[in-house]
Amino acid sequence: MELAFVIEKVVLVTLIFVVTLVIAMYSTLAERKVAGFMQDRFGPDRAGPFGILQPLCDGGKFFFKEEIIPAGAHKSLFILGPTIAIITACIGSAVIPWGQSLTIGDRVIELQVTDVNIGVLYMFGVVALGVYGIMLGGWASNNKFSLMGAVRAASQSISYELAMGLALIALLMVTQTLSLKEIVEQQSGFVNWNIWVQPLGFLIFLVCAFAECNRVPFDLPECETELIGGYNLEYSSMKLGLYMFSEYINMFVSSALMATLYFGGYNFPFMYDLGLSQNWITIIGVIVFFAKIFAFIFFFMWIRWTLPRFRYDQLMNLGWKVLIPLAIANIVLTGVITIINDTFF
Amino acid sequence: MVGGNDMQSLSNRKKVFEQKPMGFWERIYLPAIFKGLSITIKHFFKPIPTVRYPEVERPYSKNFRGQHSLKRDEEGRERCTACGLCALSCPAEAITMIAAERQKGEEHLYREEKYAAVYEINMLRCIFCGLCEEACPKEAIYLDGPHVTADYLRKDFIYGKDKLVEPRFDYKEKHEPTA
Repeated sequence: MELAFVIEKVVLVTLIFVVTLVIAMYSTLAERKVAGFMQDRFGPDRAGPFGILQPLCDGGKFFFKEEIIPAGAHKSLFILGPTIAIITACIGSAVIPWGQSLTIGDRVIELQVTDVNIGVLYMFGVVALGVYGIMLGGWASNNKFSLMGAVRAASQSISYELAMGLALIALLMVTQTLSLKEIVEQQSGFVNWNIWVQPLGFLIFLVCAFAECNRVPFDLPECETELIGGYNLEYSSMKLGLYMFSEYINMFVSSALMATLYFGGYNFPFMYDLGLSQNWITIIGVIVFFAKIFAFIFFFMWIRWTLPRFRYDQLMNLGWKVLIPLAIANIVLTGVITIINDTFF
Repeated sequence: MVGGNDMQSLSNRKKVFEQKPMGFWERIYLPAIFKGLSITIKHFFKPIPTVRYPEVERPYSKNFRGQHSLKRDEEGRERCTACGLCALSCPAEAITMIAAERQKGEEHLYREEKYAAVYEINMLRCIFCGLCEEACPKEAIYLDGPHVTADYLRKDFIYGKDKLVEPRFDYKEKHEPTA
């Protein structure tokens, strides 16, 4: 392995890590701003112009708060909980293709940390791991409300991962590959986006992504009214901050994943017809990709400030009795249409 | 039950609620979700009625009763003669004063022969009812100031003459010209 390759990857990883954290940081501000505007008010605007220093204030506050580990808590697992939550949230972005390749001198730099040929499976595994942080934290707190939140998180993520996986299978039947890079490459232009072939699959995936991120209307693990905070009830200081941060990073990564799988990733309409050089196509592609991600993040927030929370039995009904049968029907439908296409056209 | 079904509706906004099982479109949630989303996005682009308070102040009503001020007459002399009617009329017993006799050579300071050497209003007790300004025979006290601001200590809410007596006209003209 040559040195330049290592440097290139280290720079890319650092860059993605920093961008992820900054976006997660400013998502907290954006969330409050969006909430404000949707409720006919301004949201935080006192810390710096338009409140842009607010996330720094919040972060600083988290660091200076007293850190409490309850006497009856399992200390190591209590610390491990938020650690796992934040690590699993961060490593998800490794397989996402952020753009095509930049050519600098005679060196071609791929804007993707690693193009594993089972990228989708990797993402799925990382997402599934994320719930361990919540489960461990909730159980180790030695508090019945935390435990309830943890149990809810576990059963919710199991229920919705099934439907998510089934929705993905239908997508993979179309794409015939598990590599995220290849999936994006197949969707060049506008008409080739997977959303046009898998609208139902996308809807199921979207709903499941909300559930996996523990976002409203599926935020039952941290339901304030019933569980007074749920799994993060006993957490204070930066440990609580890490949990909240991991939620926003998860939101960012799943937005990126949805944009990659269904909305063409970094592809944009007429990308090869404008006579741009490869580097410019890449740069614009990265911008377009982030625009798509931001649109999804906005959608997450939009939903949050519109819908009330599901009741737990409604959540389970929706997961098991609606989404899973729908996802299976989607697989069957996809299969039938693929066969018809292959035999007659 | 008064009225019944044949009662005439006054506003025509009444919606009769029927409890029936949800139909197909209701059960798949999506139309309701889109309806909700359209409502929130409409509010997202609506003008925001917030008044950014410390920078922008809303005008007070003309008969707003705020902080008291002890008035001076047209020659800049304090009008208050420490008769104590304001303190007597005060339902919250917020006003207290110590009277003093005007000395020779103080005619340019106090209008009457007796004046209030100490005049204190406890702003935590005051209910801003305005009875003191009604009771005053000398037109010496008016509740025409702004809001009484917050403070940290109870003793700081007892306003003395330093805060209550309005500045002299000549002083006012010199330092803060009227708009």
